[in-house]
Amino acid sequence: MNVSVIFEFIAALMILVGSIISVISALGIIRFPDVYTRSHAAAKSSTLAVLLTLSGTFLYFWASESLISVRLILGILFVFITAPVACHLIIRAAYRSNVKMSNLTIEDELKDVLRDKEQ
Amino acid sequence: MIEMMLYTALVLFGVSIAIALFRIIFGPSLPDRVVALDMIGVHLISAIAIISLILGTKSFLEVILILGVLAFIGTIVFSKYIERGVVIERKRDL
Repeated sequence: MNVSVIFEFIAALMILVGSIISVISALGIIRFPDVYTRSHAAAKSSTLAVLLTLSGTFLYFWASESLISVRLILGILFVFITAPVACHLIIRAAYRSNVKMSNLTIEDELKDVLRDKEQ
Repeated sequence: MIEMMLYTALVLFGVSIAIALFRIIFGPSLPDRVVALDMIGVHLISAIAIISLILGTKSFLEVILILGVLAFIGTIVFSKYIERGVVIERKRDL
């Protein structure tokens, strides 16, 4: 068995694991009770799935065609930096526009700081 | 074997995009829909990466970069619209 075939198999395995993690993240986004917990599923595991898939693509191109794609490295870095930032901003906007939490929420520590200042 | 794994991964990404589409249609509030939309953008990037592997071409790799930038800017603009009510502020009294 050739070396490049082994690396292609490892890359395809990384892509498959990434797709399974993305399905788990989609299940999280449909099962969780309110928007704050849904953002937990949508930010972390979705970022992990995309990073695994893009790294697998990079490894596959490197093994099969001996191509180091700079655009793919830039895409990996950009997704890794911006996906948690975007999710943080949208949840900050949701909290400031008074989206209701679910009934299972035990404690809201920002309530004393933020809501009393507005009144 | 490798072809089969790649097609399976593509189908699984399609399933997760369909589930996020369900959250966009039936989401109770606007930030729910924006979170699901951001997730669709991010998953579309990896689906395009798998498609470019299956077709065996390098031409789709620019699409990944540009789609990442567009999904990020779209989410930023939506969060500003939810928080302030406008996208571009014309009068600011500092």
